[in-house]
Amino acid sequence: MSDKKPERRDFLFTASYAVGAVGVAAVVWPLVDQMNPDASVKALASTEVDVSSVKPGNTITVLWRGKPVFIRRRTQEEISEARSVKMEDLIHPEKDEDRAKDPEWLVMLGVCTHLGCVPLNDKGDYDGWFCPCHGSHYDTSGRIRKGPAPLNMEVPKYEFVNANTIKIG
Amino acid sequence: MSDHEYTPTSKVGKWFNDRLPLLTLANHLTDYPTPKNLNYWWTFGGILTFCLITQIVTGLTLAMHYIAHADMAFESVEHIMRDVNYGWLIRYIHANGASMFFLAVYIHIFRSLFYGSYKSPREIIWIIGIIIYLLMMAAAFMGYVLPWGQMSFWGATVITNLFSAIPLVGEGIVTWLWGGYSVDNPTLTRFFTLHYLIPFLILGLVVLHIWALHVPGNNNPVGIDIKKPSKDTVPFHPYIVIKDGFALLMFMIVFAFFVFYSPNILGHADNYIEANPMVTPAHIVPEWYLLPFYAILRSVPDKLLGVVAMLSAILILAVLPWLDTSKIRSAVFRPLYKQFYWILVADVLILGYMGAMPAEGLYLLIARVATAYYFLHFLVILPVLGFKEKTLPIPLSITEPVLGGSTNLAMAKNKESLDK
Repeated sequence: MSDKKPERRDFLFTASYAVGAVGVAAVVWPLVDQMNPDASVKALASTEVDVSSVKPGNTITVLWRGKPVFIRRRTQEEISEARSVKMEDLIHPEKDEDRAKDPEWLVMLGVCTHLGCVPLNDKGDYDGWFCPCHGSHYDTSGRIRKGPAPLNMEVPKYEFVNANTIKIG
Repeated sequence: MSDHEYTPTSKVGKWFNDRLPLLTLANHLTDYPTPKNLNYWWTFGGILTFCLITQIVTGLTLAMHYIAHADMAFESVEHIMRDVNYGWLIRYIHANGASMFFLAVYIHIFRSLFYGSYKSPREIIWIIGIIIYLLMMAAAFMGYVLPWGQMSFWGATVITNLFSAIPLVGEGIVTWLWGGYSVDNPTLTRFFTLHYLIPFLILGLVVLHIWALHVPGNNNPVGIDIKKPSKDTVPFHPYIVIKDGFALLMFMIVFAFFVFYSPNILGHADNYIEANPMVTPAHIVPEWYLLPFYAILRSVPDKLLGVVAMLSAILILAVLPWLDTSKIRSAVFRPLYKQFYWILVADVLILGYMGAMPAEGLYLLIARVATAYYFLHFLVILPVLGFKEKTLPIPLSITEPVLGGSTNLAMAKNKESLDK
């Protein structure tokens, strides 16, 4: 602003502000970070589910990290319906083959990607799921087909520990 | 602040006042010159103060019995309702008090819109008011979560998920807000903390709101600047105190009707079912006072844009003093604005109704039209109207239209002919 040459005092001011800012940030960070998931919450990272009693065409819902997970044993019609959809017709294009490694089993978070409600089973225009909150329709692969949700329902990390047990997380 | 020096009559009063001029402040507040034509729409400032204090007092007493834990919150609320002495009364006053608070604040805001109270030199009062309104919504939302019923849980889920619409950092922010991977105990305890804090922030802002008001003084139904103190003003005490007090009594009758005769009519039956993360209620609706904004959120088919539209609908109010280009404050002298004002009132009511209905078919279509009109009102109609509208001549003083033959009349006539 002025033509005054920077002097010793200006340097001291700038250096003091800088050190002060670092100090404030160092104090604020723990106060902010304490709100993030704590060690006990993170410790509940995985859960094992026995799926031996699930019949084709049925869905069970289990709780994982406080969220519902849908485990659906799909019928042959549902699988072929999911696999015959053209990629151009999808809002969030994902192949059913990538979402369900074993075509019979669809495992995904039962959380609508719009604002987090739990969609209803066997409802909606695409024979899959329907979210009652704001009207999103999902198909038999849990992919968004109609409504305000931007993404398909999320497939979490999971594996078959043995023929009857799925480990989520 | 005060236009005259004040000296306490008693010796002790003088001694105290020299050290801490509280008596000067009290004198300022009692003598504060107020336009003598204020109508009953101006009594809602006092009513809102009453609402705030009611919420703080009942909230403090409820907090003595409530337990902010996901396993115990629901039960502790039922404990308040059944076991605690007068617990049912205190809780019903607190729950319905929130609705009464919003009822009063909406009347207060729409009074400002009608009489142009947000215009120069009162922009800061208005903006502080909008911040108070935002804090009220935050407090109400978090308070609704505390009973840990189904609506609490799913309302919290939906509203916190709004932040996930933010690109890149959205998911991280939501996890941070929750303190986990879903709405759970950490979310409940922090909401309780913030719900306890916010009323005191509001109290501080109310002091600033009134302080900023006392600099230019009240606007009035005629909307003209007045000399104060003058023939156009009356001292706050006893004139306004009595009028505010009477209006408050009327308001308390309505308040008491809800508390004693239909304490649950404004709530939702699903909130008497304990929170269950596995099942979403078939029809999630927010409390009635948030419905217009909820309708705006749902009328936009894109997630991020929906959130942006909803927030803009509130924040647009903060820049209203600059969107309204008319120099005339009161709608009494703005024949066109007066009509658009009532259309806006209808528009907001329609939005509120659509927010309570399922977002489909005709409801959705009407909500979309009403949303578009809401923004049209603020972004197009108001700026253009200031230039196009032919306003009616404004009186030179409050007394003039009442007494007719005041000395100012000739001047007013003269001014009118100059304008032509």
